[in-house]
Amino acid sequence: MSKKIIATTSLAGCFGCHMSILDIDERILDLIELVEFNKSPIDDIKKFTKQVDIGIIEGGCCNSENVEVLKYFRENCNILISLGECAIMGGLPALRNGIPIEECIHEAYIDGPTVKLNEEKILPNDVELPMLLDNVYPCHDIVKIDYFLPGCPPRADLIWDALVALITGNEMDLPYELIKFD
Amino acid sequence: MPKKITIEPVTRVEGHGKVTIQIDDFGNVKDSRLHIVEFRGFERFVQGRPYWEAPVLVQRLCGICPVSHHLAAAKALDVIVGAGTGYGLTAVGEKMRRLMHYGQFFQSHVLHFFHLSSPDFLFGIDGDPALRNIVGVAQENRELAVQGVMMRKYGQEIIYHTAGKKIHGTGAIPGGINKNLSLEEKELLLNGADPLNADKMVEWSVAALDFFKSYHAANKDMVDTFAAYPSNHLSLVREDGALDIYHGVLRAVDNDGTIILDDVDYQDYDKYIEEEVRNWSYMKFPYLKHLGKEKGWYRVGPLSRLNTCDFIPSPLAQKEFELFKAYTNGKPNGMSLHYHWARLIEVLHCAEMIRDLLKDPDLQNDDLVVKGEKLHKGVGVIEAPRGTLFHHYEIDDDDKITLANLIVSTTNNNQPMNTAVNLTAKAFMNGKPEITEPMMNAVEVAIRAYDPCLSCATHALGQMPLEMTIVDGNNNIIDNKIK
Ligand code: SF4
Repeated sequence: MSKKIIATTSLAGCFGCHMSILDIDERILDLIELVEFNKSPIDDIKKFTKQVDIGIIEGGCCNSENVEVLKYFRENCNILISLGECAIMGGLPALRNGIPIEECIHEAYIDGPTVKLNEEKILPNDVELPMLLDNVYPCHDIVKIDYFLPGCPPRADLIWDALVALITGNEMDLPYELIKFD
Repeated sequence: MPKKITIEPVTRVEGHGKVTIQIDDFGNVKDSRLHIVEFRGFERFVQGRPYWEAPVLVQRLCGICPVSHHLAAAKALDVIVGAGTGYGLTAVGEKMRRLMHYGQFFQSHVLHFFHLSSPDFLFGIDGDPALRNIVGVAQENRELAVQGVMMRKYGQEIIYHTAGKKIHGTGAIPGGINKNLSLEEKELLLNGADPLNADKMVEWSVAALDFFKSYHAANKDMVDTFAAYPSNHLSLVREDGALDIYHGVLRAVDNDGTIILDDVDYQDYDKYIEEEVRNWSYMKFPYLKHLGKEKGWYRVGPLSRLNTCDFIPSPLAQKEFELFKAYTNGKPNGMSLHYHWARLIEVLHCAEMIRDLLKDPDLQNDDLVVKGEKLHKGVGVIEAPRGTLFHHYEIDDDDKITLANLIVSTTNNNQPMNTAVNLTAKAFMNGKPEITEPMMNAVEVAIRAYDPCLSCATHALGQMPLEMTIVDGNNNIIDNKIK
């Protein structure tokens, strides 16, 4: 059997979902016998070098760069998985939805207790910085998502079972204990 | 022709950022910037939420060291619920939290060394990018990869048994902890089946340190000169000057080792620390107020902790600390790649502390929580794996949060990382006709030494692949290179 190709990314996530992938522990050594990694923050592949079987997305979209990366993944991955609450519904970062983004910026850079000396009221606005979106969006609002694995983060066993099913082409058998929230 | 090079995103670090490098007409590096491109807005959106949610909410800023945020928030709320600063908890409350924290340090440092940085040591900065990752490590040196995986697992198990979950646990609550350690759990962690037991972790920590030391011996010039520069250093230290990652007072030293901030109670942190905003990064630039923006910036993290503390209170790590200090004749160490050395000494320290703490019968006590008179403001500071972490909350009479301010470890290292990037870009790119992949990786190696957690820092997180855009003096893109 030829190796399946996997890619991963973190958008507006905390990396906890990636850590949960690593929490499969010793099984990671089995996994690398079954799959080959392409673009991922854990390796040095920065652009897709081939079409990928399974793309794993952590985090929702909070800025223009997240949207671009997500679309780039959709174009290059046959199957796309939303991994964790942030990808599925925005998660903690989406607590900012409903609050004007200016207020968030002002609190961080002008009003906070350790920025009192920012008298010129400098704000991050350089062209190198991506545009913030008005809200934090779940991934399926932007592109089609094929599978959703819940949890914050999803448990390592859930990730493992789901990946094994996809890699071997078997049906997923995910008992309730594995998918209930947290 | 002047050019601008963009490195985006940087990989094998955790976070969203990119680097731009300005190159002048003669091919020399004029300026460089590490931009942090994510913004979350935590300080604002947490306002109005009940204070007891903070330790559970705020760790979602960072899944790499959630325990640090969990505990820093809990420590701030200890003050608010009247349980005092640091030493106000019951023995089991403080010791369970310490155990959780040592477990967290252990796994985070191990992850950084084995999974993210060891590829650079094994394959070299100019090694094949396809191999420079944990998969490559597993193929090249399976034993090393297995040790990394199992050591991380052990740290995660400690967190599971103290916090209730490996990632985003709920163990610490304002005024204490919500569970103690059962005798079965103690037995499992102390004497578990090989290799998941405390003695093996101490043994493997020594081996990891030996691995680095032999690498250092064989590559002295590179390790000692790569992004080496003078700076101030800041950390918590125990009141007697010992390394203490859970609680202490703030101390800073300058490049000569002169103490420039000492015995500061962190409840007053905002009298001493201020943050500069620059328009090209969402990450702020902290500095010591009394020294000003130009001279007051400082480094934090493993290297800085070993520069500020007087000794390490565990015997094997203390021996290694003495070797480390002797290497610079007792003066502060400013060599960026020595972060790895310091980090591994801390891994050993944590393994020793875990082993000894597990034998402490206080962990089985039942008096989990302390209550007192409520206050409206609390500051919690802890040494996170990546450095000093500040959490500051204020609440109203309805127990709702009215103010939150965070200065996370990686933010403290913002100016230091920018300095390291600049020095590395100059060393590797000045006057070179072409920018190559190894040169770009060198810049990433410099950033990686600081183990930045940029998700934390912007109160966000993600990946940093590396892309360089070369532009002319009018900012027109003339070339685009992708690693
Ligand atoms: S779902 Fe939870 S663990 Fe995953 S990125 Fe979001 S906050 Fe982090």
